[in-house]
Amino acid sequence: MSENLFLGDEALAQGALDAGLSGCYAYPGTPSTEIMEYIQASPEAAARGVHRSWSSNEKVAMEEALGMSYAGKRAMVCMKHVGLNVAADGFVNAAVTGSNGGLLVVAADDPSMHSSQNEQDSRFYAQFALIPCLEPSSQQEAYNMAADAFNWSEQYETPLLLRLTTRLSHSRANICTAPARAENRRREPSNPRRFTLLPAIAKQNYDRLCAKQAEFAELSDKSPYNLYYEGQDCSLGIICTGIAGNYVQEAFAGKCPHPILKISHYPLPQKKLARLLAECEKILVVEEGMPFVETQLRGPLGDPRILGRLSGALPRSGELNTRLVQAACGLPLPPLVPPSPLVLNRPPRLCDGCPHINTYEALNQALRDYPEARVFGDIGCYTLGALPPFNAISSCVDMGASIAMAKGAADAGLQPAIAVIGDSTFTHSGMTGLLDAVWENSPITVIIVDNFTTAMTGGQTSLGYGKIENICLGLGVAPEHLRIFTPLPKQHDANVQVLREEIAYPGLSVVIARRECLQTIRKK
Amino acid sequence: MKYDIVLAGVGGQGILTIAAIIGQAAVSHGLNVKQSEVHGMSQRGGSVVAHLRLGSAAIKSDLIAPGSADMVLAMEPMEALRNLEFLSPAGVLISNTTPVINIGNYPPLPELLSALRTHANNHLIDGDQMAKDLGSARSVNMVLLGAMAAYLTLPEETLTAAIRELFTRKGESVIASNLKAFAAGRAAVN
Repeated sequence: MSENLFLGDEALAQGALDAGLSGCYAYPGTPSTEIMEYIQASPEAAARGVHRSWSSNEKVAMEEALGMSYAGKRAMVCMKHVGLNVAADGFVNAAVTGSNGGLLVVAADDPSMHSSQNEQDSRFYAQFALIPCLEPSSQQEAYNMAADAFNWSEQYETPLLLRLTTRLSHSRANICTAPARAENRRREPSNPRRFTLLPAIAKQNYDRLCAKQAEFAELSDKSPYNLYYEGQDCSLGIICTGIAGNYVQEAFAGKCPHPILKISHYPLPQKKLARLLAECEKILVVEEGMPFVETQLRGPLGDPRILGRLSGALPRSGELNTRLVQAACGLPLPPLVPPSPLVLNRPPRLCDGCPHINTYEALNQALRDYPEARVFGDIGCYTLGALPPFNAISSCVDMGASIAMAKGAADAGLQPAIAVIGDSTFTHSGMTGLLDAVWENSPITVIIVDNFTTAMTGGQTSLGYGKIENICLGLGVAPEHLRIFTPLPKQHDANVQVLREEIAYPGLSVVIARRECLQTIRKK
Repeated sequence: MKYDIVLAGVGGQGILTIAAIIGQAAVSHGLNVKQSEVHGMSQRGGSVVAHLRLGSAAIKSDLIAPGSADMVLAMEPMEALRNLEFLSPAGVLISNTTPVINIGNYPPLPELLSALRTHANNHLIDGDQMAKDLGSARSVNMVLLGAMAAYLTLPEETLTAAIRELFTRKGESVIASNLKAFAAGRAAVN
């Protein structure tokens, strides 16, 4: 047993390294960030020369990993759940090309939205792309699954999706590790034309992918990650997926009288599932995330035998815990201290001295004469500008949306329309929106808050470092409307003046508010 | 043996350091550990909580169920009250009494403290003052860790060894001041 305690993210990363990983590709996003950070800090990854630099966004990361797989080596691409939306084009089509070297796509879901804008469940993506999905229930399984996933990926010539959830990603445990396997040598794909998705080839590939579904189902039934536990009391059978099984075990203090089917490998294991459905009167489905299994079992008419999030036995949204499972199973609940009215919300806030504070103070003053103005925000620390005392932004939707939404609102006649976006988010997916605004010389003001880092996720490399104004100029922003200021209290009046001038200009302006993140300075 | 601890505080107060030290000490003592942490947005001055579970048998859930924790350790009194629902009636509450006032309508401190005292087994400690008196104002979390040591069934020397290990790279004087803070906290709970 290892003396170290591994986060679920880290256990998976070590598992991938021990399974002969040659390249990790990722864009930071909670709760997935620590997978890449672990590989970056790993001395063995450094000694082997494993690829471990951040990518510009998840789509690029997905394609880089697919390219490494094409060349015959084992690649892993990691992202948070909403990152899979960004990577979806490459992801779905990688299922059609198939893999060569083992290809593992990792999506870390965030039920209860601790650090996210939704709680979408990545298992739907695996089903949609017609590929197997793994959902570890513990740090040890996360470690073990990396090697199995790469082996299966090479055996079946398919990428696999591994789905983590916040409480596993960010929880530590001791794990047992296995001896490391050598990395693959480069090798040609079995059929060099299958990566060229011209319609004629894509049709053949797609038929092959459809034909593989029966093999994937058979693999699920034999999988060591799908287990059937006998039980005497068949008035209820319990299906639990991923970490939800841990809550079931604790709810019954390890002595559950009901049969349990623990699922951590999809598509659903048909034989085991058929047995549970035949043996038990009612079925409780306990899954962390959306009702993915429950929806399939209930069917369109809502089979009343099937209980879970849709039937109301469990909450429709949010994370599970032992108590919720106890309630769903009709077990006695320990009494709780009622919440005290003295306890108030303590929301996160910008750090004291943060440059974003000065930017928002200048922006709020510059907009004082424009009650009609709207500020479209984006994803990062500066999203906290939505909260008091700033109340400075009106939207936060997805990476890069600030610029494109400001342009769309300006297209509708909304003026002034302002976008606020960070440097890393800008190079992730703000640049394309800016190109649209350049093409039409849209009357919007884009404020790029450049703090030299990807701050919210802990200060990862921002790939546009030192290049932001050249990127803007290269996209065609007029040099006289590309302004740069330093967000500092002593510069406040000058910064307000810059913003006033550019907001008054009836065309596209970019204002770069540039000062390094205090957290990254402190770490140096 | 099983021991479940909820660690609460405000982002930046060092609860993950406490969790890392106890976790390391528990592993070196041959126990199983699960430690759930908060990363991401909430670390920016918001409420943070970590669940630390120690056991001689394998531990299943990463989270502690409400009403079942053996200890709630809080670096801040309002965060202690926020997490009191996790504590079992027989559990122990250890809380720092110095508030972190970063919201406008922070409740009156005496009311908070008397609400905490309604839990039978409580130790309310002014960790900030104790650390200041020792000349190491940044070691408040080690004072609180010392207070916890009275209840943890881990030998004190495994905990102090884990403190040494964690701060090795920062040099002897940092190790010494953290150990002094630990000892002061330990002496405050008898």
